[in-house]
Amino acid sequence: MNILEFTALVYLISAVAGFLGALTGLGGGVVITPALILLLGVDIRYAIGATLVSVIATSSGAAAAYVREGFSNIRIGMFLEIATTIGAVLGAALASKTPTAVLAVIFGFVLLYSAYQSTRPQPEVLSDGRSDRMAAFLRMDSSYPTPQGPERYRVHRVKAGFSLMFGAGMLSGLLGIGSGALKVIAMDQVMRIPFKVSTTTSNFMIGVTAAASAGVYLSRGYIDPGLAMPVMLGVITGSIIGARQLAEARTHRLRLIFGLVVAALALEMIYSGFTGRI
Amino acid sequence: MPQSSTTWSDVKVERVIGRLLQTGLMLAASVVLAGGICYLFRHGASRTDYRVFRGEPSELRSVAGILHGIAARRCRDLIQLGLVLLIATPVARVAFSVFAFAKERDYTYVAITLVVLAILIYSLAGGPSAGLR
Repeated sequence: MNILEFTALVYLISAVAGFLGALTGLGGGVVITPALILLLGVDIRYAIGATLVSVIATSSGAAAAYVREGFSNIRIGMFLEIATTIGAVLGAALASKTPTAVLAVIFGFVLLYSAYQSTRPQPEVLSDGRSDRMAAFLRMDSSYPTPQGPERYRVHRVKAGFSLMFGAGMLSGLLGIGSGALKVIAMDQVMRIPFKVSTTTSNFMIGVTAAASAGVYLSRGYIDPGLAMPVMLGVITGSIIGARQLAEARTHRLRLIFGLVVAALALEMIYSGFTGRI
Repeated sequence: MPQSSTTWSDVKVERVIGRLLQTGLMLAASVVLAGGICYLFRHGASRTDYRVFRGEPSELRSVAGILHGIAARRCRDLIQLGLVLLIATPVARVAFSVFAFAKERDYTYVAITLVVLAILIYSLAGGPSAGLR
């Protein structure tokens, strides 16, 4: 394969991943890294570096739209970014000291979990009206637009959410993914922020978290321009088309299919890691 | 929409941040695309291999090196510049938020945002053990 053919293939894979990622809300990154490794034989470190860059692209693109709609909570996002960025820098530093087989196995398990999470229906956890002292001090309680007008919400268990976010950031730095699934759990389930607010705020945070590990990746030589170029452009193309389709797509069946694909890739990653082929 | 130009309400800040992210993304994508076309035009027929990790040459690992490479008309460095612009976009968002919170006189959040910005700058400077290599 020459560079032109290789670039075209990576672009196509990334566009499909970006498209499905936007439709399902899983993000394209979770599929691109295993696809590059398992289909094209790319070294896991190059794959992680290229994918991380695409994560920033999708996050910035989607966040631009969400922020203007008034769903994301900038204060919650900024406060939790302290945890995610510290985690991300540590994770990225740890990545260069971790054997690639171990990275592959961890990646596989995170993928499996994301697949499971994406196929499950999302229950809305309702606020119980109690106030968290820290949330009040940090002025996190806010409102978001609904068809019935603005709906107020309270934020709970800020400390627990903050600790979980540190873990999410660490995984993001270690594996070059957005770890949106984990961020949403921290906000949705633990801090009891309405689902729409937690998903969009998580998306908003992913770009900053990924930028924190990208600096470390760049200086370690993980980001190859020849590989990152088609990944980034492909993901942007795919997610723009995906976002346009969002309204009419039957997302439930799609989520299920996509979840199965991700689960298959996850098992292959874990198997490859254990047999030492990565 | 009636809104005084001096009130930095959350809504207005959110709108500026939205535009900032979009502009940064478009700019980065254009530079990457230009570099990519140049790269494929020159090297499209050569072979490539990402099976073995060698790490990028030092010129592609820092902004100074990348600018130096662009001066030497290397396409890979132009792509890398686009990627650095992409990484810089969320950083610019955080930097703008410092200013926006200061305008709102929300000093708790000015402090919080400055911490995030410091961590990002630390990472862009190479992160932990950057000086050990």
